[in-house]
Amino acid sequence: MGLINRLTGKRRSVDDLIFDSINIVLMLVLVVIMLYPMLNTLAISLNASTDTIRGGIRLLPREFTWYNYQHVFNEAQILRAGLTSILRTLIGTVLGVFASAMVAYTISRPHFFLKKFITITFVMTMYMNAGLIPTYLLHRELGLIGSFWVYILPTLIGVFNVIVIRSFIEGLPETLFESAKMDGAGEFTQFFRIALPLSLPVIATVSLFVAVGQWNQWFDVFIYNSSIPELSTLQYELMKVLSNSNAAFNSGAGAESAFAASQSGVVETVTPQSIRAAMTVVVSVPIIMVYPFLQKYFVKGLTIGGVKG
Amino acid sequence: MGIPVSPLTVTEDLKKEKKSKQPKKRKKQGSRLKYFFTKCREQKELLWMSIPFLIWLFIFKYLPLGGWVMAFQDFKPARGFFDSDWVGFDQFRFLFQDQRFLEVMRNTLAMSLINLVLGFLTAITLAVLLNELRQIRFKRIVQTISYMPHFLSWVVVAGLVSSALAMEDGIINVILMNLGIIEQPIMFLGIGEYFWGIIGASDVWKSVGWNSIIYLAAITMIDQEQYEAAEIDGASRLQRIFYITLPGIRSVVVILMIMNIGYILESGFEAQYLLMNPLNMDYAENLDIFVLRYGISMANFSLATAAGMFKTVVSFIFLFAANKVAQKLGEARLF
Repeated sequence: MGLINRLTGKRRSVDDLIFDSINIVLMLVLVVIMLYPMLNTLAISLNASTDTIRGGIRLLPREFTWYNYQHVFNEAQILRAGLTSILRTLIGTVLGVFASAMVAYTISRPHFFLKKFITITFVMTMYMNAGLIPTYLLHRELGLIGSFWVYILPTLIGVFNVIVIRSFIEGLPETLFESAKMDGAGEFTQFFRIALPLSLPVIATVSLFVAVGQWNQWFDVFIYNSSIPELSTLQYELMKVLSNSNAAFNSGAGAESAFAASQSGVVETVTPQSIRAAMTVVVSVPIIMVYPFLQKYFVKGLTIGGVKG
Repeated sequence: MGIPVSPLTVTEDLKKEKKSKQPKKRKKQGSRLKYFFTKCREQKELLWMSIPFLIWLFIFKYLPLGGWVMAFQDFKPARGFFDSDWVGFDQFRFLFQDQRFLEVMRNTLAMSLINLVLGFLTAITLAVLLNELRQIRFKRIVQTISYMPHFLSWVVVAGLVSSALAMEDGIINVILMNLGIIEQPIMFLGIGEYFWGIIGASDVWKSVGWNSIIYLAAITMIDQEQYEAAEIDGASRLQRIFYITLPGIRSVVVILMIMNIGYILESGFEAQYLLMNPLNMDYAENLDIFVLRYGISMANFSLATAAGMFKTVVSFIFLFAANKVAQKLGEARLF
């Protein structure tokens, strides 16, 4: 009860105490459920793979090794995929956020005569999806298949992001823009000098959304560029490992073949399971390191204007 | 594929549009064109700013809609849109007579509804419980941790799910065995009947924290005096939750419901695709996977397009119907 008392603070009625205690226990259970799968994967990634096969790895590695990571980072294809992942995340985020911000700025201007038209044509696309095949054929016509730009161009502007940025810009004092206009500033100057710098919190939020979306994407690689190793990404490589090890698991061959390799005199070996764990950690850690610092912003960005409605 | 978390801004926006209609109506029809060109000249900078993106929007979002003609053709890539044979509604007729398609529809609706109901219940519950935490630091930590899975890719989550459910040494089987609930490990992903539940649970794990953000924000907007008055009247914590907190966020819940009903055939793609295997396929295949299988793997573009088009049209009908119902009930609505 010591912990509960400390967490619940002041004196209160018995009912309250029971409620708070149950609530705290529920939240702790939630935390365990959220964290365990990742911590378990981390432990497996740091454990010798021949030992992992024996099972029973939970939160700590039993036979500590960096070998799984060495193996992952020594593979040329994974390094190349890593580079593509980084490039698409950087380029996609910079261009995407810039484009979204510009659209958001134009429809935030109260006097703009196309404001309504642009807003509606963009919002409509949230529900009107042509579907996979027409989109595929379009990308083929545009020569995007087999190109890096298929990762960037089709998803350049996210309607939801535009709306979030627009709501933020509309919340800025209009007098700022008016006085800039008096001083002879055009719309581009107002956008670059006023709207953009003052919207940094929401820009940070949207950048996080776009960057995470780019980093985590694998389907466009799978559909458009699966035969081009140069344009593969980390998520797609991980997806391939996953489906390979699933296939091996289903046929019951995975563990045995890896075990055979370790018996046949190879000093250190890796199983698909260990590779998968190491790659999972590699692709997830960059995001897990970043998002807590942006939490304040994305919570605000998500709820901006939302609650008022 | 992603469902926007906070669509409320759209509502606001559309409400505003309605207001701004009035002054324009006063203008005479004849002067419309002149008005248009005057405005183009006056606001040419804003025009230059938006035109590139309107072109982008047209090419990438509206042009593909033209591809829907394929749904009424027997489309052959070699012959193109203009020389392929027209077949009317044959593709749709074929779809609705196809046993597999009906199964696919069942799976799509089932998973979508399970995700919808589970998603709402868990996110609202989490928001309410978080709101009741008194220790701000503890609350912050729980929140931060609960957002984490949202940032992981489905590839990663599918990997975590399949290891948690593994026959050998999967944590779920280990726990169930130790509690004595089961005697033999269960091959969860090999039994089709379990698949919908697995998808629902994975979806909740991934997004419950994230989805609770909007409800938590709505709860903080509730007038604090109501709680104080209730406390003085001797209302218990549970009574306060049921009589103040939940009614207080009703309009947000309704709007999000309407938004999500528009996505009723959007049961997700990645989770199903990544966790699917030959053993559970009869329960796993949904509309998106069906489209992918027919369209890309079998190159039957017309049938896949018809299925995709069906999805969009149904979404629209549901969206408008839900909006209408909400309007009739005197609830908040989307437009």
